[in-house]
This record gives sequence, C-alpha cells and structure tokens, in this order.
Amino acid sequence: MASGSKFNSTTRLAYLFLLPAFLVMGLVVFYPFVYNVVVSFSNMNLTHFRDWEITGFGNYLQVFADNSFWYFFFKTVLWTVLNLVFHVGIGVFLALILNKNIKGKSIYRTLLILPWAVPQYITALTWRGMFNAEYGAVNLFLNDLFGIEIAWLSSEWGAFTACLITNIWLGFPFMMVIALGGLQSIPDSLYEAADIDGASPWQKFRQITLPMLKPVMVPAIVLGVIWTFNNFNVVWLVSNGGEPSETTHILVSWVYRAAFFYYRMGYAAAFSMIIFLILFIFSWRFILKTGATENVYG
Amino acid sequence: MANPRELSLKGKIGAYSVLTLFTIFAIYPVLRVFSISLRPGDRLLTKSLAIIPDGANFNAYISLFTEEPFLIWLRNSLLISIVVTIVGVSLATTAGYAFSRFKFPGKSSAMIAIMTTQMFPVSILLLPLFILLINLRLYDSFLGLIIAYSATALPFTIWQMKGYYDTIPYSLEEAAMIDGASRTYTFYKVILPLALPALAITALFSFMTAYSEYLVAVVLIQNTDYFTLPLGLKSFQSSMEASWGLYSAGAIIVSLPVVILFIFLSRWLISGLTLGSVKG
Repeated sequence: MASGSKFNSTTRLAYLFLLPAFLVMGLVVFYPFVYNVVVSFSNMNLTHFRDWEITGFGNYLQVFADNSFWYFFFKTVLWTVLNLVFHVGIGVFLALILNKNIKGKSIYRTLLILPWAVPQYITALTWRGMFNAEYGAVNLFLNDLFGIEIAWLSSEWGAFTACLITNIWLGFPFMMVIALGGLQSIPDSLYEAADIDGASPWQKFRQITLPMLKPVMVPAIVLGVIWTFNNFNVVWLVSNGGEPSETTHILVSWVYRAAFFYYRMGYAAAFSMIIFLILFIFSWRFILKTGATENVYG
Repeated sequence: MANPRELSLKGKIGAYSVLTLFTIFAIYPVLRVFSISLRPGDRLLTKSLAIIPDGANFNAYISLFTEEPFLIWLRNSLLISIVVTIVGVSLATTAGYAFSRFKFPGKSSAMIAIMTTQMFPVSILLLPLFILLINLRLYDSFLGLIIAYSATALPFTIWQMKGYYDTIPYSLEEAAMIDGASRTYTFYKVILPLALPALAITALFSFMTAYSEYLVAVVLIQNTDYFTLPLGLKSFQSSMEASWGLYSAGAIIVSLPVVILFIFLSRWLISGLTLGSVKG
C-alpha cells in the first residue's frame, strides 16, 4: 500500500471519531444558529409566527435605533469590566498568598473555591434573599456595624451592585485557581536570582511574576469576559427579571425579555447576533493582540 | 534572603487576616442558607444573625419530602442529567481524541468553530430551538430538554479531553499498534483507561451543566410534572416569605452532593484547565 492511502484511512478514522460530536452539534448548535440568522432578517413575532417572511435588515436597524440597546450595552460593558477587575484582582491576590508557605493551605484553598462549586442559580437566589432590605443578612450586618440600611433591590444602582457582589462572590475562585496553577509553575530560582541582583518586591512582581502569569491568565480572562458578558443567571435571578422596572438588565437578559415575554422573534434574533458579533470581535482582537493563540491551542 | 516562599512575621499576620476575611466571605452565604433551613416555621422572618437559630429543627427538610413535589423534581433532574452525561461523555471522549491525535483537513477551523460557540449568548440558540421544538411537538417534554442540553457542555469538555490526551505519550499507542492492535481497540483499551481522571471531570461537568440549568428549562418546560430542581426551587421564591425555609432546605440538599464532588475532583479540573496553557 502506498503512503497516500494510509493517510486517507487515518483521515477517515479521524472524521469517524469526530462524527458523533459534530452530528449533535450540527443539530442543536449550528443548525439553530443558521436558523437564528434567517429569523433575524424576518418579521417573525407573535402575530407572524407561522406566516413570517424575510424583510431584510430592518431588525438590525431597529436594535441600533433603540435607546435601550445603547443603555444596556453601556451597562453590560461596565458590568463586565468591574467583574473582571474584581475577579482577577482578588483571584491573583489570594493566589499570591496561597503560594507562600502557609499553614492549613489546603483548607483555605478548599473553602475559598466553595463559591465556584455551588450551582449558579442557587447562588443567585440565595444572595437575593440576603439582599432583602428588611430581613436580609447584608442589611442586618450593615445596620449592626454602621447603622445604615441600603435599598438594594428597589433602586436601580442598588440592584446593579447587588448583582455585582453576587457575581464577584461566585467568580473569584476560578481566577484564583488558574493563577495559583500559573504561580506554581514559576521556578523559585528566578526569584533567588532577582534577590542576588537586589530587586525590590515590586520589581520582582513586575518583572517575574506578571510576565510568567500572563500566558495562563490571558485565556482565562478571555473566557471570563465571555462568561460575564453573557451571564444571564445572576442578573436575571438576583433582580427577579430586571427589577426595579426593567432597569437591571445586561444585553443578554434584555434580549431574553424581548424574545420570551414579548415574542419579538425577529428583533430578538437580530439582537442576539449583535451580542455575538461584539464578543466575537472583542475576543479575536484580544487574543491576537496578546498573542495568546498558541497557548489556547496548546 | 532565603526561601522566596517564606513570609516575614508582618507578612504572615497580613496573609492570614486576608485569607480569613475572604474565607468568611466565601462560606458565609452557605452558612446563612443552612441557618434559615433550620428555622422553625413560625420564625422564618427574624432579624437574627445567629447561625443556629432558636428552636432549630428539621421540619423544613421533612415537609420538603412529604408535602412538596421535591422527589419528582429530583427524579426529573437526575433522569435528564444522567442521559445528558452519557451522551456528553461519549461525544467528548471521541472528538477530543481526534483533535489530540490526528492531523486532518479542517482541524483548526473545527476547533475555532467549537471555541466560537462559547461566545453565543444563550438566546441565539434558545430562540430557534424553542421555535423548532414547538414545530416538532417536542416543546414541554423531557426529550426536548435533553436535546437542548446535549451540546451545552460539549465545547468545554472536548477541549478538556483534548488537553488531557495531549499529555499521554504517543509511544503507548505505537507500542500497542506494533503488537497488532487496531486504532479503535487501542483507543478503548489503552488510552481511555489512562484518561479516567479527565473522563470523571467531563462526566461531572456535563452532569452539573444539566443539573443546574435554569434558563433553558424555564423556556422549554411548562408542565409542573416535568419541573426540574431549578424550576422547583425557583417556584418557592414567588412566595418567599412563606417558603424561605423550604427553599433553603432544598438548596442545601441539591448543592451538597455536587459541592462535595466538585471540591473532591477540583484538583483534576484545575490541571485540565491549565494543561492547555502551561507548557512544561
């Protein structure tokens, strides 16, 4: 047999191994995605559910003309940036401490990843209870310690902050764990050499720790941005579907409202496409800029 | 300066206080839920911050099983999650293997396509699936929900499996194939057993994705007989004053097994996540 046919049989085997996964993904991911693209150019809504037709770019124009799109876009960006700053900040900070000689390190580590382990919807519903103005633990503590009470869930930015605190709680362990993995792979000898050169702790952090952490943290941050930007559960469940009066939304919860409460299918499909394109462009720019592609493919 | 991992006394005090502070932040909500689940029914609304409430009892747990349809939700959730896990594990183990071991046309575009699906907002698939399942008359059924869930965890688990296979030396397969074993046989008998830790993570991840999913379920399921645990627990929330104890007891029961499993398996999960990015 020539080597050419051997290559072919290997390729065939490779496709055979991939086939089941791609059949299922084709059916429940790629086909619906294409369907969504088609719907996004159509007039499908509650009155035109079966007799819909292609109408062109109208839905996209309508999204961009809508003030609420720009408002929730701003809120989503703010939400993503604040979350990532706290997730990465707290995560790296705790990882730096856990990487030192600490007694009971594994106990601290286990307790600190607890928020990651709890199902997300339970986290969200539980924190909603804790933000209850009268009986929630947060205000009871604030009252005991500082004598203040905050209208968490009934004011626009109170509800936003409540969602933010909830999501910081559930998100920092992921970054901590990733950072810890990265720190453990930095050889001690680098720091010893820096000591001999008389480097300050800040210089060591800037010149050794940060550059060595970067290849691990960049893919994690990209993932974190994508998850946070699209984090429906926390925003929806903590604010009980956008309370007060439809102000506590990010783009993904707002489009959900349009799709499944007002049944504006064409509009919602176009809206979903726009959210996807925002993330797509951001992610590739970020990945290309930081040169993380080779790490992503490992 | 000696060991770079050693802290000064001042540093130690700072380190332990920070760790303790964040540990309290991490575990307090869990303790709070547990505390509320023990409250007697007539004292659900108190301004107490005590962890063990006055007159603590397990009545909420008992009525969860005897008066509420909790067991039905549990059965529904387990049924759906187990089917989704079996499907997910079979698909991810094979696809991950192909990505790790074979060179074939379209490989990198396939991996990029898989990665790109992670950027989909949930509505981009949920809306078409909703319409399609209505047209297929699979709306409001277990099968519809299972179909919708079957690919949710796949991108992540395929990646995860590929990363783990990459760490298994290729010489093992070569040795088996020199002995005359076929590629498929080698995969099942040599590689798969070695990839057991990654398999466990993939299974856990697929299971947890289905077991903890709220948003798709709330769109695709209406009939209360088909409610999964997230829908059931959320339904307590509409009468939060009366059902706060029931919700809390349910939350503890639902979370406890997955939290324990997760923490137990987290070591492997972490190595799986960092394998692809840390070299050497």
